[in-house]
Amino acid sequence: MSFRAHDIGVSLGRRAILHGVDFTAEAGRLTAIVGPNGSGKSTLLRALCGEVPFSGRVTINGHDTAHLKAWELAAMRAVLPQSATLAFSFTVIEVVRLGLSAGISAGRDHLPLRALDAVGLSGYGGRLYHELSGGEQQRVQLARVLTQVWDPVEGGEPRWLLLDEPVSSLDIGHQLVVMELVRGYAERGGGVIAVMHDLNLTAMFADAVTMVHGGRIIANGAPAAVLTDTTLSHAYGCNLRVNHQPPSGGTWVLPHAATLQGAQSS
Amino acid sequence: MRFTVNGTMTLAACNEIADAALPDRAAAARRLTLWLALGLIAAMTASLAIGAAGTSLWSTLADLALGRPLSSVDETILWNIRLPRTLMGVLVGAALAVSGAVMQGLFRNPLADPGLVGVSAGAGLGAISAIVLGSALPAGAMALVGAHLVPLAAFAGSWATTLLLYRVSTRGGRTSVATMLLAGIALGALAAALSGLLVYAADDQQLRDLTFWGLGSLSGATWAKLMAAAPIIVVALLGAPFLARGLNALALGEAAAGHLGVPVQRVKNLSVLAVAAATGAAVAVSGGIGFVGIVVPHLLRLASGPDHRMLLPNAALLGAGLLLGADMISRVVIAPAELPIGIVTAILGAPVFLWILLRNRMVVES
Repeated sequence: MSFRAHDIGVSLGRRAILHGVDFTAEAGRLTAIVGPNGSGKSTLLRALCGEVPFSGRVTINGHDTAHLKAWELAAMRAVLPQSATLAFSFTVIEVVRLGLSAGISAGRDHLPLRALDAVGLSGYGGRLYHELSGGEQQRVQLARVLTQVWDPVEGGEPRWLLLDEPVSSLDIGHQLVVMELVRGYAERGGGVIAVMHDLNLTAMFADAVTMVHGGRIIANGAPAAVLTDTTLSHAYGCNLRVNHQPPSGGTWVLPHAATLQGAQSS
Repeated sequence: MRFTVNGTMTLAACNEIADAALPDRAAAARRLTLWLALGLIAAMTASLAIGAAGTSLWSTLADLALGRPLSSVDETILWNIRLPRTLMGVLVGAALAVSGAVMQGLFRNPLADPGLVGVSAGAGLGAISAIVLGSALPAGAMALVGAHLVPLAAFAGSWATTLLLYRVSTRGGRTSVATMLLAGIALGALAAALSGLLVYAADDQQLRDLTFWGLGSLSGATWAKLMAAAPIIVVALLGAPFLARGLNALALGEAAAGHLGVPVQRVKNLSVLAVAAATGAAVAVSGGIGFVGIVVPHLLRLASGPDHRMLLPNAALLGAGLLLGADMISRVVIAPAELPIGIVTAILGAPVFLWILLRNRMVVES
């Protein structure tokens, strides 16, 4: 079972953001979309979740999203926006309960509290959302998204988490909590597609990496295959050096000190 | 709560604590509903009992209970003057408060109000057009719509204004507060100017019909007007709660609401229709009564949270009760003469509005 995009093109005004992109993510894996600022990685995610008009075709588990109703789609996949706005003074638990908006809420009433617990916010339910820090708000939104598609597999079909920079405003401890949480979702059979900013977290947690550059996919595959000196330096336009941690052989990426100054002065 | 002997809690007890720690605003809102309903009944009773004429509700009720015949004067005052006026107050107050709450949910902003952003002015233009130009309609068309012409025209006017306002002030699923308020000022001014032009074209009889519009009043309440406006308002009031879940999700923005499975476009279209219907019909029978639509939902959000499932019914009850209260004030302060009710709601509502503005400064200035 997979989440596929066929020949996706997106234009904003007269400017083409994505050109004929083919993308596949498999269930049971965490697929990271990486790329420099303005590469089109967030636009790709927006096209996958139907937020921007696009040419081409997107299928979830073989179903063409163009033929699915909003509530059918909502039962298959949930979307975490990069920055969430909220009108009116809702409490944390009220925001998380919005994850129950779609479909039948009977028998799912306990999910919002469990989701809050999973993102490390148990006891925050009664707090006002607006009074939380940015990182806490981001985790509340993640709890809402988890509530929407709590079971990774439903009726024999995997469900999908589409996350736009899920850890961008979190401290390092909570980055690990959240990455482990969504990784666990994939391990239990669900699909996770995450736009990632941090290449080292990507190397640590992703099963597959898609590199976007200039509105096209320039590399695709296992982290070790995509995160190479050549690919990274080409995409990010500066000299990056990939190293391997001695005990596990895990990949980590560092800017090359000599060229860092060069990148700053240019 | 269950505790085991050695002081550790069972799992069930843990869950109960987790639940108990949450302030249950839904339960508070339901208790509030009860009090608001009782308050409305009290306000309706007082509204029937108070008036310029000396008719006493109590003696009349006693007469009815004892089976004594009513004096024809008392019967006329109660049945033809106070009862339609009271019912009109209930319907108009509920309509204004609910359309305010729905509009604020739609625009994701506590400052959206049909009176402030030109929707009432649009309704007024529709109603004035119907009064001034209605006589030019073919007799067959008049017979078809009859007394409903003015409320329907007001409905059309407020619908067009709301739709236009939403198109202008919302881009990419986000509503700009500044654009909304400024566009509302422009649309309101345009509607007022066109209404002014029509007033020049009106004859003497039509002018008398138009005079009460300026500040709004319930004094023109008759059974005929009530029957013309009531169906439109009642349909809007009964339909509004079905939008509640959608409006809650819209608080996250249009895109996020869509991802939650909410049919966003349908919720938006129906919200615009509900606002237009309730505001239009209310303006058609009572003129522009300001501030009810902004003050009532705001007070309720402070008391029991912004969840529209409870906010909308509670707004109907509080709006109805408050408008009856304002109407009673307008009847007694300079009795036997009467203040237009719009003056009373503005004097009470404008300071509250300023207070809301101060509390929401961050939202407005962003």
